[in-house]
Amino acid sequence: MSHLSQRPDLAVVGHEIPHEAASLHVTGHALYTDDLVERISGTLHAFPVQTALAHGRVTRLDITPALDMPGVVRVLTGEDVPGVNDAGVKHDEPLFPTEVMYFGHPVAWVLAETLEAARLGALAVQVDVEPLPSVITVAEAIAAQSFQGATPTVQRGDVADGLEESAHVFSGEFTFGGQEHFYLETHCALAHVDEGGQIFVQSSTQHPSETQEIVAHVLGLANHEVTVQCLRMGGGFGGKEMQPHGYAAIAALGATLTGRPVRLRLDRTQDLTMTGKRHGFHAQWRVGFDADGRLQALDATMTADGGWSLDLSEPVLARALCHADNAYWIPHVRINGRIARTHKASNTAFRGFGGPQGMILIEDNLGRCAPLLGLDAMELRRRNFYAEGQPTPYGQPVHQADRIERCWQGVLDLGDIEARQQEIAVFNVAHADRKRAVALTPVKFGISFNFTAFNQAGALVHVYKDGSVLINHGGTEMGQGLHTKMLQVAATALGLPLARVRLAPTRTDKVPNTSATAASSGADLNGGAVKNACEQITDRLRAIAAGELGVAPSDVVFSDGLVTGSGSDGSLTWDELVRLAYFRRVQLWAAGFYRTEGLHWDSSIMQGRPFKYFAYGVAATEVEVDGFTGAYSTRRVDIVHDVGDSLSPLIDIGQVEGGYVQGAGWLTLEDLRWDESDGERRGRFLTQSASTYKLPSFSEMPVEFNVELLPRAHEEGAVYGSKAVGEPPLMLAFSVREALRQAAAAFGPDGVAVDLASPATPEAVFWALDRARTSAAGDPGSAGVTAGGLEPEQPHGQPLHPRSEANVGHPVAHSEVSATEVSSSAGVS
Amino acid sequence: MSAPLTPAPATSPAPEAHAAPQVMLNGRAYELVDLDPDVTALDWIRRQGFTGAKEGCAEGECGACAVLVVKPAGPNTGPAGEAGGGGSVWTAVNSCLVPVAALAGQEVVTAEGLGSPDALHPVQREMAVRGGSQCGYCTPGFVCSMAAEYYRDGRCGDGAAAGPATAHTDSDASDQAADHEVGPNGFDLHALSGNLCRCTGYRPIRDAAYALVAPDGADELTQRTQQAAPPAHLERMTGPNGVFVRPGSLAEVLAILAEEPDAAIVAGSTDRGVEVNLRGLRSPLVVGIDRVPELRELRVDDDAYELGAALSLSEIERGLAGAIPVLDELFAQFASRLIRNSATLGGNLGTASPIGDSPPVLLALDARLVLAGPDGDREVALADYFTGYRQSVRRPGELIRSVRLPRPTPRLTAFHKIAKRRFDDISSVAVGYGLDIDDGVVRSAQIGLGGVAATPIRATATERALVGAPWTSETVQAAADIMAGEGTPMSDHRASSDYRSAMLRTSLLKFFTNNSVGNASVNKEATS
Repeated sequence: MSHLSQRPDLAVVGHEIPHEAASLHVTGHALYTDDLVERISGTLHAFPVQTALAHGRVTRLDITPALDMPGVVRVLTGEDVPGVNDAGVKHDEPLFPTEVMYFGHPVAWVLAETLEAARLGALAVQVDVEPLPSVITVAEAIAAQSFQGATPTVQRGDVADGLEESAHVFSGEFTFGGQEHFYLETHCALAHVDEGGQIFVQSSTQHPSETQEIVAHVLGLANHEVTVQCLRMGGGFGGKEMQPHGYAAIAALGATLTGRPVRLRLDRTQDLTMTGKRHGFHAQWRVGFDADGRLQALDATMTADGGWSLDLSEPVLARALCHADNAYWIPHVRINGRIARTHKASNTAFRGFGGPQGMILIEDNLGRCAPLLGLDAMELRRRNFYAEGQPTPYGQPVHQADRIERCWQGVLDLGDIEARQQEIAVFNVAHADRKRAVALTPVKFGISFNFTAFNQAGALVHVYKDGSVLINHGGTEMGQGLHTKMLQVAATALGLPLARVRLAPTRTDKVPNTSATAASSGADLNGGAVKNACEQITDRLRAIAAGELGVAPSDVVFSDGLVTGSGSDGSLTWDELVRLAYFRRVQLWAAGFYRTEGLHWDSSIMQGRPFKYFAYGVAATEVEVDGFTGAYSTRRVDIVHDVGDSLSPLIDIGQVEGGYVQGAGWLTLEDLRWDESDGERRGRFLTQSASTYKLPSFSEMPVEFNVELLPRAHEEGAVYGSKAVGEPPLMLAFSVREALRQAAAAFGPDGVAVDLASPATPEAVFWALDRARTSAAGDPGSAGVTAGGLEPEQPHGQPLHPRSEANVGHPVAHSEVSATEVSSSAGVS
Repeated sequence: MSAPLTPAPATSPAPEAHAAPQVMLNGRAYELVDLDPDVTALDWIRRQGFTGAKEGCAEGECGACAVLVVKPAGPNTGPAGEAGGGGSVWTAVNSCLVPVAALAGQEVVTAEGLGSPDALHPVQREMAVRGGSQCGYCTPGFVCSMAAEYYRDGRCGDGAAAGPATAHTDSDASDQAADHEVGPNGFDLHALSGNLCRCTGYRPIRDAAYALVAPDGADELTQRTQQAAPPAHLERMTGPNGVFVRPGSLAEVLAILAEEPDAAIVAGSTDRGVEVNLRGLRSPLVVGIDRVPELRELRVDDDAYELGAALSLSEIERGLAGAIPVLDELFAQFASRLIRNSATLGGNLGTASPIGDSPPVLLALDARLVLAGPDGDREVALADYFTGYRQSVRRPGELIRSVRLPRPTPRLTAFHKIAKRRFDDISSVAVGYGLDIDDGVVRSAQIGLGGVAATPIRATATERALVGAPWTSETVQAAADIMAGEGTPMSDHRASSDYRSAMLRTSLLKFFTNNSVGNASVNKEATS
């Protein structure tokens, strides 16, 4: 057991405790950025001047009518920027654009005494925009060859050989939608120039250090002149990893120019129209199986809808390519990726960060092809699981692969799946208009930032003379329970009751150069740093206690506020020891640091060991579908998920459940729509309100919802043996999509393959079951699958992978594939 | 309770000219000063320093803004439009939609008023210890919605089965889920249908709701419900850019309308509030009619039910107590409990939206509208009321007074709503059925459709194909093909036109499947 992962007796980690702020949440006393406005006076309110055109050049911007409006104090435009007019790190996101890049793109911001005055001021600003041609859908982008950024390829083996050796080859195309974060708290920033002349920005941000950097570069200041604080967020889900920066910069710019505090809070419509979402993708694929249904080769080209700027599209794409294998061993792989540039808000991080988009490729494939292979989808999946040590397509050996099987078996037991399959079969025979199905899907999700440098964190731990402890770390709280876990880690490391430790809000002048609280890594990284800081302090105290107790320093034990020594009857209270240490002039605070060891990644060839470990899980979902409407309900969900040795079980189960339901929302309900017509409102986001963009409500919650954490799951490589939990469970929701596919298939004859659109709304399910009802068994066309088929389009941009260049130069001849003997097991049931 | 609750101080219907109107907020009186008529309760409450209520969507969809208001327990009218029975109900409403002026003289409690971190309310305690909050932003709103259901009279009464007055659709899939929507403590999950949480996946919130025991009789909020709700004052609130008035009688409303035909009339403000928040609608004169006595009548006459246009849907639901089953089907699917606590039939019909959920059912019940105008009342059939997209025969200066449902109501009724989400969604297609079948032959048929034309319509061709024909699979198959051709459905972000047409067809097939031999649901009234 590693030092990092070893848990002492009486550890506070592992206790089931509520969220540290729960009693503040439920009473309305928990403060969010916008709740601070009433606590300060003289605040100005910012309102955007949004343009109503997908793409165009600004030819005139007249702010004078706004300045004449009552209450308007100033209108911010590009001319006001003293530093760099850019809101991102790629320098492709002008904060005040001269070229409108999406419908609703703000070109100026009005500052006024009231929000109402700012709104009316924004209406008064006159903007002329000369229209330019626009690209809205990924299909249009592909047709127009409108791409941006890198075109990476993950490759192993030889897909041409692999497909040739396959007994069954299928190909198809699949376009699937993105997802709006719909954090309940919209983007918000509140900036003022403090009494020391520093810019102080309160921001709802997952990445305070980057917000600080962007504010500084917009203002033309050094980083040490800007402090960013994040009290807590009303949800983030990745949507506040990169996108808060520009809004913070607007508020800060306004504060410096007016000398007054500036509040910028997007209303829901602004948030929905101006900020990015999960990337939708287009995928073109070919897959080969051997006679037993074992995956032989996967050849795919995945095109992410990046929106107007790069934002985080490149790392999102990289993670998509690194998760297209999910939990399955595929000997020959070639997955090309590219990023469409479209005239829409710039898509960004969202829980899973490309992982879900990679996994949907293989899960969709397996679900569609199973009937054509004459196999039960459950059996097809299980047959293809990784074995211990088999490498991923990007070269990282899969360790703890047995946990896939353990989770799978755990769900079979927990969900009593075998018996229920029989009940379902009986039910389906008895009901012509309603069908049920249960599906199991696995998750294997890599933990760490692909970008190695981000895998570091800092913490600051203060022990005061009275023995009380204040901790500060670089992670942000967005509801995931990070602060709760950090309090537990500190209490464990210091051997104190939880109540002795308090946590202060995240701010850049306490812990600098932090990474985004993202990639599920918050507890791993910051927990490592908090633990490190605490251990520096206990090591110093240990020496003193050893003298007092007459034992060796290594025999001193800190536990539950008492300091004892093995072999000694004496003891000191923590408070006594701290007081003693103070008088002996021992440093009672420490800055902690942590970096994840053993990672390496070469993005030019997409090979290496980008992940510290994998998190695993399996879900079983049973649905019932109404044949008249396609409406469905989720009857039961059973999950076994691997969180290592849980730091905080109530928190972790909450993450698993919440992730599942959010993933189910993406896959079944949440439907982003834009105006794709050639009319005046082309490019307008149509589902720009809570009444048109529906996220899961109580009616989508599974009637029965069982979650177990995988037992005996110690993780050597992470703090107190735990594993990351934020993102992986989201992808457990593939089980609901696959259950819907199977239930739709149950309306048709045996062996029908089903093409299911994503999201699988009631309408999509209705069309799927309607096709199944009228299909003949084994008809691959009904699944949108072609037996055999053509090679996916090979991107031509600048492939970074040397081997992919070779392939682009020597494409597999289509005739070779057509010549492959394809037996699609038609009619086998 | 962190702050004591005392009954509203003022009872006089005519406050002094210079006294600013007040709102009792968490037990303390706050004055409404210098406010325009469209300022929302949410904005105002937050400005008083109570930031627990949040703006999540500004259109009554997410419930983060939910607060509790004391409302009359029943629709029956007293002299000032008050409940004759005397009791009151803690009612959760979307504070982002209701104008603060409409709360003048009323009592409001937010999450801060229910409890404090050191003294949690039972609802807050269950939510906290069970992991019901993650990011916490939606939580105060959930707490208020949950508290309203916690205090619902009779929740713990005769056990779970007798609990809520909500019925559910005749979809079997829904029934199966619906069985699980009432807790062992009588808690109706529909109470939370207007609250969205993006973090938890809802399971711990449900566990918290189902763990609530009966309120302590000494509890201050329980005690409060024993007394009448505060009376509606004859209020006039003047702001820098407009005026909010609350007339005391229908005659006064009509007089104002005669003079100011463009005045904004609000009852629950659930539709107009969205326009105010999302589309910047402002009005110099807003007229609150939610407590006008003549608009709050609920009567069962010999030949008709009379439903006051300004009664909230929740009040109608409680008042009818299941007398018209298809209305209970409708209410369960009509927006959310938070919305139904404010929204009115008058509002739903007044906007003449083609996708309002009440018209298909009311058409199926052959409803008539009583329109009150300067020249007295007139009655029009709902089928003749709609004239175009958001247009009706209602003249300027006229107001919907009530909805009349002829008795007996049809024996075979149903409401089918096709939407993406089962709770709180706008329908792609909505169908109301009202049929009478004798000796296996369809004697009469009224089928109302929403979402398939510029107005709600009757499926007249389908009705013709059914009336006089035997209630058989053959008849219904043929009629379903006709029904698929009713209206002129469009494609939009909710559904494609093909799907809408297909749903018209399958809806009738489903109705038949649920109501063929041995499976008939019969209106209680008709059998008694």
